[in-house]
Amino acid sequence: MQSNIAIQMENISKTFGVVKANEDVNLTVYNSEVHALLGENGAGKSTLMNMLSGIYTPDSGSIFIQGQEVHFSSPKDSIALGIGMIHQHFKLVDVLTAKENIILGQKSGVFTKGKDLTKRVREISDRYGLDINPDKKVYDMSVGEKQTLEIIKVLYRGAKILIMDEPTAVLTPQEIKRLFQIIRNMREQGCAVVIITHKLNEVKAISDRITVLRKGRSIETVETEKVGIPNLIEMMVGKKVDLAIEKKLIDDKKPLLDLDNVLVIDNEKKHALEDVSFTLYGGEILGVAGVAGSGQKELCETIAGLTHAEKGRIYFEGDNIIGKTPRDIIRLGIRMGFIPEDRLGMGLVGSMDIVHNIILKDYQNQPGIFLKRAGCTEKANKIVKKLDIQTPSIYSPVKKLSGGNIQKVLLGREIDSDPKVLITAYPVRGLDIGASYKIYDLLNEQKEKGVGVLFIGEDLDVLIDLCDRILVLCNGRVTGIVDPSKVTKEEIGLLMTGGSMEQEDA
Amino acid sequence: MLKISKKAEMPKKQEAVIRTIAILLSILCAGLVIMILGFNPVTVFGQIILGALGTEMRIQQTVIKAVPLLITSLGILVAFKMKFWNIGGEGQIMMGAFGASLVALNVPATWPAPLTLFVMAACAMLCGGFWAFIPAFFKGRFGTNETIFTLMMNYIAIKWVTYLQYGPWKDPGSQGFPKIATFEDNAILPKLFGVHIGWIIALILVVLVYIFINHTKKGFEITVVGESVETARYAGMNINSIIIISMLISGGLCGLTGMIQASAIERTLTSSLSGGYGFTAIITTWLGRLSPPIILFVCLAFAILLQGGAYLQISMAVPSSVAYMIQGIILFFVLGSEFFLQYKIVRTHNTEKKEVA
Repeated sequence: MQSNIAIQMENISKTFGVVKANEDVNLTVYNSEVHALLGENGAGKSTLMNMLSGIYTPDSGSIFIQGQEVHFSSPKDSIALGIGMIHQHFKLVDVLTAKENIILGQKSGVFTKGKDLTKRVREISDRYGLDINPDKKVYDMSVGEKQTLEIIKVLYRGAKILIMDEPTAVLTPQEIKRLFQIIRNMREQGCAVVIITHKLNEVKAISDRITVLRKGRSIETVETEKVGIPNLIEMMVGKKVDLAIEKKLIDDKKPLLDLDNVLVIDNEKKHALEDVSFTLYGGEILGVAGVAGSGQKELCETIAGLTHAEKGRIYFEGDNIIGKTPRDIIRLGIRMGFIPEDRLGMGLVGSMDIVHNIILKDYQNQPGIFLKRAGCTEKANKIVKKLDIQTPSIYSPVKKLSGGNIQKVLLGREIDSDPKVLITAYPVRGLDIGASYKIYDLLNEQKEKGVGVLFIGEDLDVLIDLCDRILVLCNGRVTGIVDPSKVTKEEIGLLMTGGSMEQEDA
Repeated sequence: MLKISKKAEMPKKQEAVIRTIAILLSILCAGLVIMILGFNPVTVFGQIILGALGTEMRIQQTVIKAVPLLITSLGILVAFKMKFWNIGGEGQIMMGAFGASLVALNVPATWPAPLTLFVMAACAMLCGGFWAFIPAFFKGRFGTNETIFTLMMNYIAIKWVTYLQYGPWKDPGSQGFPKIATFEDNAILPKLFGVHIGWIIALILVVLVYIFINHTKKGFEITVVGESVETARYAGMNINSIIIISMLISGGLCGLTGMIQASAIERTLTSSLSGGYGFTAIITTWLGRLSPPIILFVCLAFAILLQGGAYLQISMAVPSSVAYMIQGIILFFVLGSEFFLQYKIVRTHNTEKKEVA
């Protein structure tokens, strides 16, 4: 069915310092094809695509676009050849309108011809089934709209080859459906679309062919229809992985943490949390779902005493803990591990070793003014052993460990203190599949011990498999607490967007 | 085409080699400059060493210069460890000297010297600490920029002392000369081995600051805040109080320098008392990689250069600014070597490919 080759990358290698990001990678993408680039974090997907869009230059290997060999020295060259990349983090100017963002950086006359532009934007929108108001300011847009704008921006520049880096990461299930429709329209118009992702369900839903990368090498290119998800995982991970999350039900549940009508106002005087009320029981994992920035961080920080609540009460075993210092709350047995996007920022000190990172939560309970390391050295050894953390020694700086091991240190430290409530935000962020499942096991183990686990998650599939109940946040409000065995992803998605029925037709 | 790319972290040995090369190159380069100026570099370097360490008296002078530099560096270290850029050493020294003078000029001459000196030191540390507390407070409360704030506080302190010197504190017995009265004998630091006991205080402080930073809970908190404020917050630390305590210590140590200079060197308060030590100490702290033992050696080396440079002027009629030039060159090379510790320059093979395209 495919007629001509849009992209051909041959034996591409790229090294950063000692890290081989790509090694002899081969990739062929046809016109009128949706091609998924699949691989775990650090497999080299983004590096490969950055070379295709001219951000990096390969150390060796050659790239052909529509049959012509090319050498990009800047993204300009690649744009000129009709390659457009949509990054994970949108590159838009907030205070400008959609239209202004589209022409930004384009060569044009001194004055922009407003009407012509609107007409062209409308043309593109109609052709691909995109929907955007050209005069809307970016700061008024939802994440979905911003993404649509990014796509239009790229199409406006004449792109015939689109690269999308994890386009679904920030979208609700409804928005994802709509995005997939747009991608299909583009395919029909003859575009080649490359999607970078590690979500297998989506790969199956949208792509025609899949190239799997592992540890910087291209493993195989397969046709989507002819391959099953277990096979894909095996290709990604390099071995068979058991993908079942067991969910044990604990009968004897007692309420541990009780939030009552909590109101939090952020720095911009917006209501970050409003009327939030729920109860967390011991022996359960309560999942929190929501579009990024719906108040998840504020929720964690308020419980931990790091953010001040304007109104409301938080009872822990009968005592109101609002107004207590973070230190007091830690002493009560409420522990939080928050994995930010850069992974190290909030829980660990990258330049310090495992021992000192354990001391971080421990030293406050030591008497006297001097720092005692002996006990923590023991603890460090214990945690490293128990969680099977790969490290040269307990004295090497944690920033030198791999992402999974860093997260194990963080979680291991919190678990080691025998918490009563464990708040964990994005604990598998950036982890490979095997490591993720180890983290889920750890959380389940805590649940069985009677700990109340609050799990802030990104991936709805995981939330549904792992959690006993799921709380959905939308714009700082609780729009529902659901039983995952009784709802669909789409229903949760609706709650995430405030329960409105729009976009259902997609 | 040349390209800069990040290096893998290298072993400690190789780091030491690069740093040594940097220092050797800087000496070489300084030698070239001296040659251009028309002097023989070997003689000049020889004279610097001779001038700094040649006789007992010169060694004493070198130590006298090293003491304020060292104590101020230790003070700045406490702030820098927290990534609080305290550029206000000058002002804190001045205010410390002011605090010491306040005591020295007002207590009766009959007070025993140890008591007077102790009260002077305490008052100096309070005043220096207070001067550092102000920017720390504003930083914690309003998020002000500490670099600009501490820098500006320097000028306020210096002008304040100038005002005192020309105004209310002018010694009536100085026949109209703008000068503050000389301290009584009970306010002068005693000497040991020909140098005022500031050097003993400095050595004790090296040990104390080392223990404080590496072995106390507060020191650990300061280090964590310096590495990542968010991590400190998530660990339940009270960041504002940590910033304020460490700045009180930082300013207090600088204030102590002021007291030592006022008591042992000037024997009074003058507006030129801080002598640029507050700024030079920033360099020594940085070159000492925020480690008290290394700072001790760096400060000694700088004192040798300063003292040797002063001697050059007399012995060879070389301007003493040559010593400052050498300092600058060393700094340039050593800081420049940091770049080579982290990055390498590689040749890209683009040239042949370009032809194909």
